[in-house]
Amino acid sequence: MRALALGLHVLNLAAVAGLLFLCQQLLRAHDALAAMAVLGVAGLLVLLQFSKRLQAWRYVMPGVSAVLVFIVLPMAFTLGIAFTNYSSAHLLSFERATDALLQRTDSEGLGMDLSLLREGEGAAARYQARLRDDDGKDWLSARFTLPAPGAPATGTTVMLGALEDGQPLPGEPLPPRALVELLPQLRTLVLRTPDDRPWRLSSLHRITDQAQRYAPIDADRLRDLRDGSIVTADHAAGVWRDAAGQALEPGFRTTVGFANYARIFGDSSFFEPFVRVFVWTVSFASLNTLLTFALGLFFAVALSWPALNGRGAYRVALFLPYAVPAFISIPVFRGLFNENLGEINLVLDLLFGVRPGWFSDATLARAMVLTVNTWLGYPYMMILAMGLLKAIPEDLYEASALAGAGPVTNLLRITLPLIARPMAPLLVASFAANFNNLTLIALLTEGAPDYLDTQVPVGATDLLASYTYRIAFNDGGQNYALACAISSIVFVIVALLAYVNLRCFGGAKATRR
Amino acid sequence: MAMVMTSSQRWRVWALHAVLIAFVVLSLLPLLMIVSISLRPGNFAGGSLIPKAISFEHWRLALGLPVVDAQGQVTPPPFPVLQWIFNSLKVALVSAAACLALSVTSAYAFARMRFRGRDGTLTAMLLLQMFPSVLALVAIYAIFDRLGDWVPWLGLNSHWSLALAYTGAVAQHIWLVKGYFESIPPDLEEAAAVDGASRWQSFVLVLLPLAKPVLAVVFVLAFLGAMIEYPVASVLLHDEQQLTLAVGSRLFLFNQRYLWGDFAATALLAGLPLTLMFLLMQRWLVAGLTAGGVKS
Repeated sequence: MRALALGLHVLNLAAVAGLLFLCQQLLRAHDALAAMAVLGVAGLLVLLQFSKRLQAWRYVMPGVSAVLVFIVLPMAFTLGIAFTNYSSAHLLSFERATDALLQRTDSEGLGMDLSLLREGEGAAARYQARLRDDDGKDWLSARFTLPAPGAPATGTTVMLGALEDGQPLPGEPLPPRALVELLPQLRTLVLRTPDDRPWRLSSLHRITDQAQRYAPIDADRLRDLRDGSIVTADHAAGVWRDAAGQALEPGFRTTVGFANYARIFGDSSFFEPFVRVFVWTVSFASLNTLLTFALGLFFAVALSWPALNGRGAYRVALFLPYAVPAFISIPVFRGLFNENLGEINLVLDLLFGVRPGWFSDATLARAMVLTVNTWLGYPYMMILAMGLLKAIPEDLYEASALAGAGPVTNLLRITLPLIARPMAPLLVASFAANFNNLTLIALLTEGAPDYLDTQVPVGATDLLASYTYRIAFNDGGQNYALACAISSIVFVIVALLAYVNLRCFGGAKATRR
Repeated sequence: MAMVMTSSQRWRVWALHAVLIAFVVLSLLPLLMIVSISLRPGNFAGGSLIPKAISFEHWRLALGLPVVDAQGQVTPPPFPVLQWIFNSLKVALVSAAACLALSVTSAYAFARMRFRGRDGTLTAMLLLQMFPSVLALVAIYAIFDRLGDWVPWLGLNSHWSLALAYTGAVAQHIWLVKGYFESIPPDLEEAAAVDGASRWQSFVLVLLPLAKPVLAVVFVLAFLGAMIEYPVASVLLHDEQQLTLAVGSRLFLFNQRYLWGDFAATALLAGLPLTLMFLLMQRWLVAGLTAGGVKS
């Protein structure tokens, strides 16, 4: 008890220490703004621990911070990335991209065979490299030392001189095993011939001429050492450009303002498929909500009819589709609907002699997606509706029975009006969940069949969420920023739905499908 | 409705039975087929619902044992299924424990204390639940990618990262636990306070022992939620040995390599326990009006 409380205090202090460490790391990475934010959070934690007035927040803090870190922060990040050019072609920060260029070397394809000679042992060992170039000419390096294994590499530069005939060789050439042990140090070694050409190790027994390609001039300019031309950083596009204006690899991350949104809404080759996906997403989500609700309500009404025997068994059997994990049942359907090998086409072929292309025909694929998701989703609606039906007073039905009303009248005049209000926010939440049902599409169709008349890869069953997923993680390009821009549009839609739920239905408590 | 059945009503009962049975068959057929497929020799479809020859090759492969056929040819297991199950269990247990630990104290404060910003925070958490993590996948990927530069075990391809990412589900659990706390009368805690117990003591020693059932429910719900999650896991994990079952089971069905039977055995092996758990948790899964379900 005491120990638990003490433990929590220690945990809090550990968190503060961790945040301070993170802050220092961020400062070292020159990210002052993030460092300040982290420092602020750490201060807040300390305040929470000692302030009596904030006692309630001490209890609230763990849960709320988890929500902040794992829901709000990723959302903020998404919005932030949407205004950059973050993608596989612009993966690195400006500094890292510049470093990559500075480390680039240029070669004329010359090489020499290397053997290494050693005098002395251990720390006192002195080395000499003996080389034979491709013209058969021999070279010998000045004596040099290498840093001890594990010590930071210093990048020693050693001059080479032509070897006179008959000059005696100091020491014996090292065997390959000893060379392998020295490899990390040898990699940083630069050998220089009298014509000032630098040579670096390219394999265990060979060095090649590898001259530095670019030299820094100032923060935004490099000199191309091959022809003396100037390379400039184009911060608007996130690339380094050579004198001819050609972009160099690798690009870097930079802020591009509304360029991603301009591309979504302004570029017709992009806007047109986006609209198609959007329309399908909305129709999928609404049709699915309607279908599952209708089916679920039907079963709920049927199973609440006392004249029916075996209601418990029906209830379990009808609930089962919801109890099977989706990552299992969806691939099961993927297999059953398979065009060549699936059981469904096998049966259809036997009975009617047809083999529908469930994954190659757009309409059929959509019908399949709807069917599968209705199968997955109706039990949830059934259970919800059952709970709500219990709350309807029995005497209403008795009165209507006396008046001679049939089941259809009962449904339309009593049941539906009474459950509509508590059900509405749940339906909106179900709409939102289906709107973003990435799991279904990713596991069932992966968007197939793809449209053939679009420039971007997109399929007839792609929802906005799976389309985003494809842009970010699947089909080439890996355009994270564009994906985030689309996600942020979906954020707005979901926010609208959440707002509707809060305003129109008094912030009903259930907001998930 | 204590009434005498008229003949029209009796007819309606039979009709309803017929419709319901038809639907039950339709609902259960895919599941029954999987059982049959997992016992059928070979990886290709075809054959009756009740297999003519029973073969346990797919089950052996799912359990990580090689299969030797009549010609003496050895088929090694296609995927490390048991490793995947172990990975899933690990991630789910860690994230369930984290979810539980993070949600109880907040739920206590929301249920028992009155403070400024309480209602606003509660509503905000309710609304935030509507934004699925699917929408922030890129950001989650980018965050853990960069976090991995500083703290290698919290980078991509790490189970710790995944378990941590799942704790965002805590918002809905707070609502569930809060509802349960509110259903416990505060008298006992007040009595404890009169006897000199501090807030913390009356929370840990009085309320928590009374709330054991809901703690178990939250743990199991968080566990199940993590076991079946696909999108985030598919983005964060990529080594075959590191995958969770939800991501790995996708690898069975490609047109070039169509391991239908092996998939069926794996699905049953992993799916049966999970399905049973879901059935047992039915009441809480769809406790829609008090908290909101876990499936998405």
